[in-house]
Amino acid sequence: MCETCGCTITPGNEHLVRKDGKLEHTSGGRASIEVLTGLLQENDHQAAHNREHFERHEVLAINLMSSPGSGKTALLEATIEAIGEEFSIAVVEGDLETENDAERIRAKGVPAVQITTGQACHLDAHMVHDALHEMDLDDIDILFIENVGNLVCPASFDLGHHINVTLLSVTEGDDKPAKYPVMFRAADVMLLTKSDLLDVLDDFDTAKAERHLRELANPAKVMTLSARRSQTLEAWLDWLRQSVEARRSGKEMNPSMQPDGVHQQHPA
Amino acid sequence: MHELSVCQGLMRQVEKVAAENNARSVELIRLRVGELSGVEPSLLQHAFEIARAGTIAAAAELEIEGGPIVVKCQECGASSAATINRLLCQYCGEWRVNVVEGDELLLLSLEIERD
Repeated sequence: MCETCGCTITPGNEHLVRKDGKLEHTSGGRASIEVLTGLLQENDHQAAHNREHFERHEVLAINLMSSPGSGKTALLEATIEAIGEEFSIAVVEGDLETENDAERIRAKGVPAVQITTGQACHLDAHMVHDALHEMDLDDIDILFIENVGNLVCPASFDLGHHINVTLLSVTEGDDKPAKYPVMFRAADVMLLTKSDLLDVLDDFDTAKAERHLRELANPAKVMTLSARRSQTLEAWLDWLRQSVEARRSGKEMNPSMQPDGVHQQHPA
Repeated sequence: MHELSVCQGLMRQVEKVAAENNARSVELIRLRVGELSGVEPSLLQHAFEIARAGTIAAAAELEIEGGPIVVKCQECGASSAATINRLLCQYCGEWRVNVVEGDELLLLSLEIERD
């Protein structure tokens, strides 16, 4: 959310927040000061700084969000196996405790920094900034930021990344986008993971999951895949290749959690 | 429960604005929190009780206004009210809409006492 240009104020909400003067006095003799800034201003300022840092190093930064256990780390392992030679990849891992996920990534020969958040339920731009200090971005093409497994809080914090990828595993239920609308509204891409289990699950309808996503006015690309079946990963890998290319060409990329005044609808 | 982090960020902003305006105390903080912002007003109120302690806004009241979700249809151009998980045009049923109201997370204004 931007305080510089006031883009949080849209034609739709302007009448609700505009007052005649910057400073007016109330009847009780108090001074009333109009502020009109986003509540996450500090985070957003740091996120903008992170984004500049990524852009200077020509890094594509992808924020992976999902509930715990939906297969974020498994997807990263499979992705590294598939295109680790083609692109230079690095990972920032967010968890409340343990280095387990970072160790899994390092075992694939890819640098990983683990952020342990303690009791914090999400990553914020400051935590990511600190992690970047432990990382040499010079030769990196793609930085994956694996957020804390949580379908609520991570959606509210811009990390400075370029794209939000939200995972929904087929063991979770196809109505998750309707239940967690803020999270799925923020998705630029939705991945339906663990698709190898679709054969044994009769209650997950991929078309229904996509319909719930569209009902959030979200045109995000939807891909169905399984980290255990390399042949299902092709669309995802192609999308990654195209996204790296778009980043290299200097195309402006912002996640769709940007304020609605500048909300970029990504083409499906 | 990220409302406490949000609230702590708010308190730093409030202290900054208060200092810029030579406030002795902050008496009222007005926010606008849309339903689509991902922040729950009641939890924010609870977090505020904790976050305000020891600040210039220690005795301040927190006023949170909500409001409807409004979408504008990219197809037929109509504006209509929507619910949080059905952001559809009420007139033509289209899902390609822009949210024009309902995802605000704004510090609107402060009321302060001066010396």
